[in-house]
Amino acid sequence: MVKLDHVAVALGGRRIVEGISTDLAGGVIGLIGPNGAGKSTLVRAIAGLLPSEGAILIDGRRIGSMPLRDRAKRIAYLPQGQAVHWPLTVERLVALGRLPHLAPFARPGAAESATIEAALERTELLDLRDRPMDQLSGGERARVLLARALAVGAPLLLADEPLAALDPSHQIDVMRLLRAEADRGATVIAVLHDLTLAARWCDRLLLIDRGRLVADGSPRDVLSAERIGAVYGVSAFIGEAGGEPLVVPLAHR
Amino acid sequence: MTKSRFRIDLALALVALLGAALSLGLGPAHLAGGRVLAALTGQGDPIATTIVWQLRLPRSALALLVGAMLGGAGTALQGYLRNPLADPGVLGVSSSAALGGVLALYYGFAAIGPLTLPLFAIAGAFAGLIPLLLLAARSEGPLALVLAGVAIGTAASAGISLALNFAPNPFAAVEIMTWLMGSFADRSLLHVWLLLPCVAIGLGLILVQARALDALTLGEEGATALGVDLTRTRLMLMAATAIGVGGAVAVSGTIGFVGLVVPHLVRRFTDGRPSSLLVPSMLGGAALLAVADTLVRIVPTLEEPRLGVVTSLIGVPIFLHQLVRARRIW
Repeated sequence: MVKLDHVAVALGGRRIVEGISTDLAGGVIGLIGPNGAGKSTLVRAIAGLLPSEGAILIDGRRIGSMPLRDRAKRIAYLPQGQAVHWPLTVERLVALGRLPHLAPFARPGAAESATIEAALERTELLDLRDRPMDQLSGGERARVLLARALAVGAPLLLADEPLAALDPSHQIDVMRLLRAEADRGATVIAVLHDLTLAARWCDRLLLIDRGRLVADGSPRDVLSAERIGAVYGVSAFIGEAGGEPLVVPLAHR
Repeated sequence: MTKSRFRIDLALALVALLGAALSLGLGPAHLAGGRVLAALTGQGDPIATTIVWQLRLPRSALALLVGAMLGGAGTALQGYLRNPLADPGVLGVSSSAALGGVLALYYGFAAIGPLTLPLFAIAGAFAGLIPLLLLAARSEGPLALVLAGVAIGTAASAGISLALNFAPNPFAAVEIMTWLMGSFADRSLLHVWLLLPCVAIGLGLILVQARALDALTLGEEGATALGVDLTRTRLMLMAATAIGVGGAVAVSGTIGFVGLVVPHLVRRFTDGRPSSLLVPSMLGGAALLAVADTLVRIVPTLEEPRLGVVTSLIGVPIFLHQLVRARRIW
């Protein structure tokens, strides 16, 4: 699906991402690492929104040489703290996800309505469909923006901190939706900060530190106390609760 | 299109046509409605036919065309910049176009041929838009944009003042001043033929970008991720505004605030998407100017008030109200 070959990204003359090579295909893949490690920059580069060195291949094609619409059909991108500039209704906002699929001047047909309906249903937004965006709570807003990304129906979903500013119950809702998307066959790449949720819901974790990929594997392999100490500078308790993994950062080392 | 949207479009179109029809019945020479109608359908007496076709119809048609262009351009700029304060007047585009027109008048280029004045106005509009959109591309907030627009508008106004300052004779100065104040009085069919292609190109380019404007609700990166080519969108909207507004300024002088006010008046009747606002704004702009241009002639004043002055008087309170409301995003 996604192949990264010595990917490097520089912003304003500073190198933010450095020499990352890996294949990403299937499941929920968590991108973890400290603030400023380059996670969001890497995600934006994979989405084709930033110029990069090395090669980013989507289904064997270089991201930079793909026509914009082709790219938009294959990659759904949910940015961090997405701004919504006009108070569209929930349904109209979710419908924006179908734009890459519409031929110029063609009216959206029954298939488009069905996809939008399905995205609203999966995110439990049917009751809110006529509500303007500026009258939603933070949790509802996050679900609408995720529904917008799901409505693209892309085989690759990039979600940059989809859990930011959500309470624990909404965090679990969002992770469940990402999981369901992966179960439908999509590759989901999500930037996450909560290591317990990352361990519990992701099939694979990529740990990024100062622009470099320092660990790549199953949550159990990646999340060791030594590694968390080395990368985040905190000691951590790693255990289990009710059969689920538990990662609790403790104090500065 | 939903049923209610269709009703709004229909209502606005009717108001626009009604205003234009009323305007056909107005003028220094008294013509009964029947004579006007007969002249329009080609069965009138020669005097009525000349008055209606050479004097009144151009005025009504220009009000509709300029109104539609300004309403459409205002909505497109607001959508593109994601800023409810955007408008060709506020952003200095109208002043830049006016400066182009003034230069054509001042140096006598306007006498070369009928196309010179519109071409100079369009060039002036481009000259104002390019720095504006370059500045706006770097900023998501409204403040930098409005300030940049004020700066460009002020520079253009200074250029106009300089031209008046050095005007070869008082008559030239008065000619420039009268044109600047904005009016549809004493225009001919030639003006309509000059403006028609400018408005067709301007509104056409804007309508082509309707979906890109919707996608921009999610910001520039959001729109790019949805497959929108922003460079293309920016170029097309810049061309649309410069050609359409430049043409409008060339035939009517500066008529301010239509592009700012109309989208706000019709927004509540739409679903909030910029694309759903485009056609109602065009129709609303046409209706506003057709009605306003009739009112300036009905209201009993010694001298007919200039339309551009009247629209600014109506527009300023609405602009201030928007500024106060927008404070929360500053």
